[in-house]
Amino acid sequence: MPTKPAGTLYRGREGMWSWVGHRITGVVIFFFLLVHVLDTSLVRVSPEAYTAVIGAYKNPLMALGETGLVAAIVFHAFNGLRIIAVDFWKKGAKYQRQMLWAVLALWLVTMVAFSIRHLSLALGGH
Amino acid sequence: MTATIESPRSGRIAPQYRRSGGSKGNFEMIAWLFMRLSGVVLVVLIFGHLFVNLMVGEGIHAIDFGFVAGKWADPFWQFWDLAMLWLAMLHGTNGVRTIINDYAEKTSTRRWLKTVLYAAAVVIILLGTLVIFTFDPCPVVNGVALPGGFCPA
Repeated sequence: MPTKPAGTLYRGREGMWSWVGHRITGVVIFFFLLVHVLDTSLVRVSPEAYTAVIGAYKNPLMALGETGLVAAIVFHAFNGLRIIAVDFWKKGAKYQRQMLWAVLALWLVTMVAFSIRHLSLALGGH
Repeated sequence: MTATIESPRSGRIAPQYRRSGGSKGNFEMIAWLFMRLSGVVLVVLIFGHLFVNLMVGEGIHAIDFGFVAGKWADPFWQFWDLAMLWLAMLHGTNGVRTIINDYAEKTSTRRWLKTVLYAAAVVIILLGTLVIFTFDPCPVVNGVALPGGFCPA
């Protein structure tokens, strides 16, 4: 009978899952960035083309999408700073796990504040 | 008789174990360092971008052609957005390059995916740069100002 491999410091732990999260959020942000440069480039086509496309973004579904995008960006940003600390700070590798929990706590605080402000503006009508 | 013992690694080293002089030079180390340096700068640029565009005043409701025109009338925001465009595209392209290298096992697949990636990156960086610097807040076609423009009265 094959047995489950013994646990390691890395596999299935904070180190691995933060790496997975960093990759996924990075790819999501990259594809958004391609689209975002294209839609902003419409200012060069005509004022009406830009305002029309941006106007199409202003609906409740997109407001949730924007919140999800910002959630990805904020995680990638804070976890990126954690990676820099792991690489350059003498005790970075020792405290990488604690730093991930700090990243998640800061992410939560930032996202609660962002969501309240952005969703009340975007869904609050005008 | 005295035996001379060479210091470690001073003799012939098989080519696959040599640490320098490879055809790639130190490109991968520069790329690694670039991810960290650009990352720190991007945190500041993108958090500033999101705060000014979504959190201040009316937030997303204020974004239209006039909003962009107002920002790019100021060289400060032109260079802010230019730095953000270049750093984010290079950072993202290098990240996706790493992912392609990790998961595409066939050499031909890797080559194709990276060709598409680099082509897209070049197009987006050039397009964005041109738009920032050739932007006209009051576009006029055949002597008539386009509707929605930011024209002086």
